[in-house]
Amino acid sequence: MKSIAIVGAAETTDLGVIPHMSQIQLHADAALNTLADAGLTAKDIDGVATAGESPTAIAHYLGITPKWVDGTQVGGCSFMIHVRHAVAAIRDGLCETVLITHGESGRSNVGRGGNFRGGGGASSLPGQFEAPYGPVGPPTMFTLPVLRYMKDFGMTHEQLAMVAVVQREWASMNPRASYRERITVDDVLKSRMIAYPFHLLECCLVTDGGGALILVSGERAKNFEQKPVYIIGSGESVETPMVSQMEDLTSSRAFKVAGPTAMQSAGIGHDDVDHMMIYDAFAHLPIYGLEDLGFCARGEAAQFIWEGNTRPGGKLPLNTNGGGLSYMHSGMYGMYALQESVRQLRGTAPAQVVGAEISLCLGVGGMFGASGCVVMSNIGP
Amino acid sequence: MPKESRPLPRPTPETQHFWEGTKVGELRLQRCVDCEHVYFPPRPFCPSCSSRSVSIFKASGRGRLLSYVINQRPHPAWNAPYSIAIVELDEGPRMMSNIVGCDQTPEALQLDMPLEVTFEQMSDDIALPLFKPTRRAS
Repeated sequence: MKSIAIVGAAETTDLGVIPHMSQIQLHADAALNTLADAGLTAKDIDGVATAGESPTAIAHYLGITPKWVDGTQVGGCSFMIHVRHAVAAIRDGLCETVLITHGESGRSNVGRGGNFRGGGGASSLPGQFEAPYGPVGPPTMFTLPVLRYMKDFGMTHEQLAMVAVVQREWASMNPRASYRERITVDDVLKSRMIAYPFHLLECCLVTDGGGALILVSGERAKNFEQKPVYIIGSGESVETPMVSQMEDLTSSRAFKVAGPTAMQSAGIGHDDVDHMMIYDAFAHLPIYGLEDLGFCARGEAAQFIWEGNTRPGGKLPLNTNGGGLSYMHSGMYGMYALQESVRQLRGTAPAQVVGAEISLCLGVGGMFGASGCVVMSNIGP
Repeated sequence: MPKESRPLPRPTPETQHFWEGTKVGELRLQRCVDCEHVYFPPRPFCPSCSSRSVSIFKASGRGRLLSYVINQRPHPAWNAPYSIAIVELDEGPRMMSNIVGCDQTPEALQLDMPLEVTFEQMSDDIALPLFKPTRRAS
């Protein structure tokens, strides 16, 4: 088996009492010393693992575009577990150069407490540079980039509304969907304004729920009662904990790393995808996802949806459970997108895509902060 | 009037210079001495090349309206509707802010309109950089 080695190791410049550094800077100070120890810069790193701060915050702060992240946080032994996970990731080719960081302002208590959205109080970067301007949750942050997209590519309010209309059409076929009554573009545009340009029906639901998955080897899978759904490819990345710091407001950098990585590792092209899920916290997400994964050219996804390509009977069935806009959304919807991919590949979905063999499931985390993508198939290796 | 004051930043050692700047009417950015990359939010190293050799300078305070939403949801510190915007500074970096000094409507808030910074003292310690439409020279 391929051996994996540690080639850089260092601590923070000072130890003991360090009131002149916030917690994220302690991570960065240790990281910069470790990069110097290894003779690398942050641009050479493609895997990030950390605990105490989110990998999204650490990667963005250091200027890293990772292909692999691990935010396993189980207390003081998190870093031993990160090492173990990093060994498996490098061995499997998910990434080549992993940086594992730790920093903790345990004594001075400066800038402590990030979470996966990068939040964590008035001294965190989002707390200093976003919260003072009045965002009220995802409907006012996830939505911020879309006017830029509309101006750059000429997308209309009607086209954005159509995303919700199509997903409701799928939901109308699903007895478990929260909202099943068919709607029109006009209904969407007449629904209450939440944060211009987003109307109520262009925002995801807020519901309760849960889901779980069990994975075993393909070898063992044959002995189970259910038809196996094989993981044939995957990808991941993070960009920024602050939507205002996205590199390009019309495109998700995390989508652009996670999606193609997943498709390449699966060895598939766009025409091979029979069924697709794109995490739709808001109506613009499927548009960004279709373009960032190359299913549509830049600026053309809204028209692609408008023309019915993602509807029942269309050539690329998308969000067939009704999505976060109509099926359910408990806060971290990714699990439900995976569940629908599994149902479609088992052949048990309420709105079944006939003959579906390959499903691509694209997730988002934070406000375009992170992405994970999984390609599944019901055809065994 | 709003019931509460808005959530205010608590500066850290790495961001102190920025918040000292806004108090004296300066928008301060950082530039890498090695690769000249200009960046925000503040940190004592370059996110482009990892150099620890960086300088602080006073930005022009000019920018353009890159994108925004007009929030209709209740916030204890605001009377909705109000704009939450992303401003692209002339020097390159982008920041979240509010657009003030004009109607909070899609008609008044035109993308790419030129903006200039204005500072609003929120407490003894904190002045926030907000942006207003640039007045045309006549």
